[in-house]
Amino acid sequence: MTISPCLRRMLVLFLLAWLPLAASAQDDDGQQLLQSLDAASFTQMGEAIEAIITSGDERSRGWLEALLDGKLQRHKETGRFVVVLENRGRDWPVADALTGEAIGEMSRRDLDRLGINNALRGQLQSALAVLDLHVPETRDRREAARALLGDVDASLVEPLEAVIRVEEDAEVRRLLEQGLAIHRLEQGSLEAVASLQGSLNNRVRAALNSAARSDDPALAEAASVALADIEQQMKLNRGLETLYFGLSLGSVLVLAAIGLAITFGVMGVINMAHGELIMLGAYTTWAMQQLLPGQPGLAMVLSIPAGFLVAALAGIAIERGVIQFLKGRPLETLLATFGVSLILQQLVRTVISPLNRTVVTPEWMSGSIMINEGLSLTLNRLYVLGFALVVFAGLMLVMRRTRLGLEVRAVTQNRAMARSMGIRATRVDIMTFALGSGVAGLAGVALSQLTNVGPNLGQNYIIDSFMVVVFGGVGNLWGTLVAGLSLGVINQVLEPWAGAVLAKILVLVFIILFIQKRPRGLFPQKGRAAEG
Amino acid sequence: MIPSSVYRTSRWLAAPLLGAALATPALAQEDPIKVGILHSLSGTMAISETVLKDTVEMLIEQQNAEGGLLGRELEAVVVDPASDWPLFAEKARELLAQEEVDVIFGNWTSVSRKSVLPVVEELNGLLFYPVQYEGEESSENVFYTGAAPNQQAIPAVDYLMNNVGVERWVLAGTDYVYPRTTNKILEAYLKSFGVADEDIMVNYTPFGHSDWQNIVSEVKAFGSEGKKTAVVSTINGDANVPFYRELGNQGIDAADIPVVAFSVGEQELTGIDTAPLVGHLAAWNYFMSVDTDANYDFIDAWIDYTGDEMAVTNDPMEAHYIGFNMWIEAVRKAGTTEVDAVKDAIIGVSVPNLTGGYAAMMPNHHITKPVLIGEIQDNGQFSIVWETPSTVAGDAWSDYLPGSRDLISDWRKPMACGNYNVVTGSCGGGETQEETTAEE
Repeated sequence: MTISPCLRRMLVLFLLAWLPLAASAQDDDGQQLLQSLDAASFTQMGEAIEAIITSGDERSRGWLEALLDGKLQRHKETGRFVVVLENRGRDWPVADALTGEAIGEMSRRDLDRLGINNALRGQLQSALAVLDLHVPETRDRREAARALLGDVDASLVEPLEAVIRVEEDAEVRRLLEQGLAIHRLEQGSLEAVASLQGSLNNRVRAALNSAARSDDPALAEAASVALADIEQQMKLNRGLETLYFGLSLGSVLVLAAIGLAITFGVMGVINMAHGELIMLGAYTTWAMQQLLPGQPGLAMVLSIPAGFLVAALAGIAIERGVIQFLKGRPLETLLATFGVSLILQQLVRTVISPLNRTVVTPEWMSGSIMINEGLSLTLNRLYVLGFALVVFAGLMLVMRRTRLGLEVRAVTQNRAMARSMGIRATRVDIMTFALGSGVAGLAGVALSQLTNVGPNLGQNYIIDSFMVVVFGGVGNLWGTLVAGLSLGVINQVLEPWAGAVLAKILVLVFIILFIQKRPRGLFPQKGRAAEG
Repeated sequence: MIPSSVYRTSRWLAAPLLGAALATPALAQEDPIKVGILHSLSGTMAISETVLKDTVEMLIEQQNAEGGLLGRELEAVVVDPASDWPLFAEKARELLAQEEVDVIFGNWTSVSRKSVLPVVEELNGLLFYPVQYEGEESSENVFYTGAAPNQQAIPAVDYLMNNVGVERWVLAGTDYVYPRTTNKILEAYLKSFGVADEDIMVNYTPFGHSDWQNIVSEVKAFGSEGKKTAVVSTINGDANVPFYRELGNQGIDAADIPVVAFSVGEQELTGIDTAPLVGHLAAWNYFMSVDTDANYDFIDAWIDYTGDEMAVTNDPMEAHYIGFNMWIEAVRKAGTTEVDAVKDAIIGVSVPNLTGGYAAMMPNHHITKPVLIGEIQDNGQFSIVWETPSTVAGDAWSDYLPGSRDLISDWRKPMACGNYNVVTGSCGGGETQEETTAEE
């Protein structure tokens, strides 16, 4: 009885999936298979990978994964194949590729990596995805099915059809059918268009787009119609996406500016070192991650109070050391705090490093959540958006509902009167400045997830922060929120057609014009407080 | 806080000075040869330039350990232009006029080089410039040891076109002279292969741009038209980190839309979690992962010098390595450090590079380099997937721009001209040259 290669491959895949630990030591075969991987050209290497996939060797999955990660290597002198366990530094711990035993460390000088390119990576990924179609977790199966979209070739059609017959999850079945339909579409099948109708997936659209350019007029026509329908739905998606981008940029602006809204808006101190307080918050996150290696999530959560504290203490030091002596002299305050900002920057540069620090993104903050196949929201920005709103709400609560808030408002409205009523104005100054600085620290914790953590981090945000506070109306927290979010949205709406550089300029021009018309911003303070 | 930091800085400054003072009598009877180092140690460019200062200092130390040069010791004169372009010119003047250095190794951004250029030409100095740049320049006093566009950008595009099958192109860059000129050259080059206008998307962003959501989403939409799409990135500096992070978060896979970068090296990747970037590309003339003994020796020396087991090396460091050795070789050949003699002697000098070949100084003050394409790995290194069969000689004037097509540069006597126009037969470039400069 003859078995077709496709069927054989399918059987092998099943065997691989279901019998991962069947013990058989065919080291000669294994050595042979690996030897053929060490080929002169990537084409030969591709054939060697195919041979490994069809070999049925139970170790092949490990080999393919190691090859994909660039960790399958050959010892130069002995020709022994090893899997590198950790490839940082000069000497790497390795394991024998054939036996899987750890065999100590080898110098990277003595090892030759079996390098792959993007084409081979695609081949390996689809091979691994096919294997993954048999794992018990539904989520991983969906992931694997999605990865196969657009990568289905003739040899996979039969095995995938077999998988669809036994698959329980409807979503996996749908994705696999879509994958097959893309393949049929590439072969010129007109019916395939119907089954791809309405899908917002990028790869489906790519396939339809190439079909729309095909020589077969009927196919091209059908594909164009399907595309037009998809484009219609995408328009709504794009609108929502731009809104989300705008809100996300806005939330960053709000976070950066809200601390300044306290120190500048409420207290009237022009603090040019505000950006550096943000930077300190970001570095606290980095330091936390250094203290808790391997637990970026926990470090992230702990950085929130820590970042607040560090920045607040720095704020107190600045207030006691510099600002208190310059009360009522805004120009001197501006210059002195500018000096402080330079000192803080250089301090970080000398003590830590002039180079940017890596802040690891915790697992639960990376990637995106899919709303539908054409619209997904990036998680880190979603968290920052939520965090900004929480910080804002917290700050509102402090200002409106606590004794400190009451005292702050009293002192800013009429310092002399507040003092005569028994409020210790100096203490209130310190507390207010510490609060504003602490919030800047919180902004730093959030920004460490979005941008570079380096000595210049603060400089990039100081102008934007002042812009938001002035636009929103000095002394008004609601103004800061509305101004930040709306500037974010305006910027992102302008960006696609004006470009990033011009969009920024247009926003600045808009603010200049707006301030001409309404010098006190969006939400001017009313009443006696405004006169002062 | 302030006094303690001042105290610390001064103590740190004192240590190397003391070391230098102790070392001096051991070698030199004559005055030392002064080597100027003009790299930013503070400000935005400090991230990239500090390591280059250290590299030159390490090379000087090694050279001194081998007995110096012409029986004299080498001495580093370090100044800090603080990422401030006009300050570069001032500091260059200080190095040449006050310190009277024999050679300068320095600069990173093109704008800083343009600022230093008139000073070096006026005071007849020697400048070794180690970074890939946009070309369209050839000065009698500058030696370009980094890549010209035909040694980086053009081969990278060739690779994408022929080996990856890319048909649609996004040219994304930071908004200044290097990306704009490079993209102009690339656009002209792509169109010469019949790439249509609508298949090229050009995008510029400011320095330090951190909000990439919209641009990445546009690239995604641009890439879903059914033609293989790639991004050619001349994005400079640390704006790359949020850019790649956004790519990862929006799920743009290297297999779908590869990004090939001209300004992202090992140093820049130390600031990024590289897991989502695996497979994206970079084009350079050197990678730390190059498997040669010369390279491993260089890396070991660098790790010992910095005392950091995780220290990385990168392409501009190799360029300084080559430039430094070429200068040493030329001084030996000329028997003097006198600028005019060294300038003549260095043309044709060839020294080993770190990728297992040789680099030769061409008459146009550019050098020969191999071009490598690497894919980012999860350990922050590049795996080399393609390289040119032999080294490529740097071309000062691009063949793809109308203004510079007719210009050649040859600093050998009797021509000794940086912009000789082969059509009009005169030095000075003529009208076409004016156009090119005016466009920039």
